[in-house]
Amino acid sequence: MHSCADNLVTDTPDDEFECVAHRPNSMSDKPLHYCPGCTHGIIHRLVGEMVDEFGLLDRTVGICPVGCAVFAYEYFEFDSIEASHGRAPAVATAVKRADPRRFVFTYQGDGDLAAIGTAETVHAAARGERITVFFVNNGIYGMTGGQMAPTSLPGQKTTTSPGGRDPALTGHPIAVCEMLSTLPGVAFAARVPLTSPKNVNLARRYMRKAIRAQLENIGYGIVEFLSTCPVQWGLTPIAAMKHIDADVIKVYPPGVFVDRVPDARAAPVGAETDAGSST
Amino acid sequence: MIVTTRQPVSTSERAVRTPAPAKRLVKGNEALALGAVAAGAECFFGYPITPQNEVPEILSYWMPKLGRVFLQAESEVASINMVYGAAAAGHRAMTSSSSPGISLMMEGLSYIAGARLPCVIANVMRGGPGLGNIAPSQGDYFQAVKGGGHGDYRCIVLAPWNVQEMYELPALAFDLAERYRMPAFVLTDAVLGSMLEPARVPLEFPPLVRREQDWTACGRGNRAHKNVVHSLYLDPEVLSAKCEELQATYRRAACEVRFDERLIDDAQVVVVAFGISARLALSAVSALRRRGEKFGLLRPITLFPFPSERLSALAKRVRGMMVFELNSGQMVEDVRLAANGACPVEFFGKMGGVLPPPEELVEVFSKRFAR
Ligand SMILES: Cc1ncc(C[n+]2csc(CCOP(=O)(O)OP(=O)(O)O)c2C)c(N)n1
Ligand code: SF4
Ligand SMILES: [Mg+2]
Repeated sequence: MHSCADNLVTDTPDDEFECVAHRPNSMSDKPLHYCPGCTHGIIHRLVGEMVDEFGLLDRTVGICPVGCAVFAYEYFEFDSIEASHGRAPAVATAVKRADPRRFVFTYQGDGDLAAIGTAETVHAAARGERITVFFVNNGIYGMTGGQMAPTSLPGQKTTTSPGGRDPALTGHPIAVCEMLSTLPGVAFAARVPLTSPKNVNLARRYMRKAIRAQLENIGYGIVEFLSTCPVQWGLTPIAAMKHIDADVIKVYPPGVFVDRVPDARAAPVGAETDAGSST
Repeated sequence: MIVTTRQPVSTSERAVRTPAPAKRLVKGNEALALGAVAAGAECFFGYPITPQNEVPEILSYWMPKLGRVFLQAESEVASINMVYGAAAAGHRAMTSSSSPGISLMMEGLSYIAGARLPCVIANVMRGGPGLGNIAPSQGDYFQAVKGGGHGDYRCIVLAPWNVQEMYELPALAFDLAERYRMPAFVLTDAVLGSMLEPARVPLEFPPLVRREQDWTACGRGNRAHKNVVHSLYLDPEVLSAKCEELQATYRRAACEVRFDERLIDDAQVVVVAFGISARLALSAVSALRRRGEKFGLLRPITLFPFPSERLSALAKRVRGMMVFELNSGQMVEDVRLAANGACPVEFFGKMGGVLPPPEELVEVFSKRFAR
């Protein structure tokens, strides 16, 4: 394990303090704009860590969504493309096919991926596009003010389901990983709640596989993060986390749905531990 | 005589002209597809729709054979967003479709314009509105020339009138798209797409010449900074400045006007028509000349930028202008703006895929400008 001072972004402190954690080199120093308790920030950091860990900064193209993460490109140091709402998989498909040496990922919310962009999502997966999808499922349209999403829970109160979502009127939540797992083009699909350090480590493990599905030319990889939106849920950050563990995982069971990526033989540099390169 | 206000400078435009192979019978859509290959298209994305299906069919053979990208998308929405992605990463990218499919692309096209990406879109127009039919139409002039998607943007619009130009204009479209960093249309129709005509269209293609640009999001490589392709500017002052930049670009592109004039020098009435309509109009103009009536033809090849200056000058010395289109009167608005009241501008149009015989045009044109 190398010292984190090897890849410090900021000046190395000249006193004898040891640096034990730092921002990934793939992230910029711009402060995140997300609400307190929002898991978008955690996922951004995880993405940055992964790009560092795999040494992909020079060949990554990130495809950003329309949603609260619309400015994701501000927070990363690699090249990015802003896609229109829901079309990130189509954009990613082209960027990857035009030069397969690139590492191409999409970062998408549930409205983006499972409502307006469902067709692009399903077909990119069906074609087994060598792209990696980071799917931020908070069960709501965060950016536009907390409207109901196809992923909202039954009974969930939102600004467009003020009496609670009624499945008889608006259907049941779409379980994206389960749905995509029927497609042979999918090489890795897993869902993880971001509710504890342990789960964040699990998320890292899943992300590595979803990335390797692309880098090792196996197929499409997706990691679905069960995420918070405390502001639009009307909950405190802690209550929002508890809500995921108590209620959300009943509708969206965490786990690995497809794994055609062989277990790592030789882990990439710095990837020996679950906690990534900074620990 | 074809008038270009600016000489072609780029390699790809010359590449499609030389060396000239022998003439052979070529279908319009085939010429369009091979024109894209010769123009150095690196990526093609499309979804089947009549009357342009030969374009993706032919490219599905040629593009992989030449190590380039061909992908049949799940929809036109996906196609245009794939074009957006490839163009953002710095590749010559193209799609082709016909009217309903082009309508589906409008959001993506607006993003392409907003992000200042070059790309080429071919529209082999068919009858509308709605599902309409698969017969020829020019009903999408407004959509291509005036915008179509949201926001203030323009596209270069090129209108071929024969199979040879179906082959040559994709290269010009790519060149202009890249010169001004804006999307370019090849706007054609069901007749031109389906007709067989002798044309010089090769079946061998020079290797791709890739040009690196400094703004592309292609992976940083050794670049010291990241590149981001986007069209989001929350600050009104910033977006306003970006919009002004776009408009300035469109004004600069005005020097790219290209048009074709026939029998204009002593003409008393100028017929203005583009694409297949200009073919029909030329037959009528020739017949009128044989009857001693002094008609001439001006055929815009670039619909944007529009040959307004030339039309303004002509309007001051002719008795009138006669616009003929396969729609209810779209380009005629631009002709009237150019003429600015200096002479009467008459319109005749047909819709629904009906092509008037030249004799009908002769009668209409003659009657409208009878002494
Ligand atoms: C074509 C189009 N329709 C609607 C919108 C408005 N819009 C912006 S973000 C958004 C929903 C975002 O929700 P989600 O993808 O779940 O992301 P979150 O904000 O929750 O992270 C919508 C509907 C848009 N920008 N474009
Ligand atoms: S609205 Fe919700 S998803 Fe958006 S930043 Fe705030 S907490 Fe996060
Ligand atoms: Mg959401």
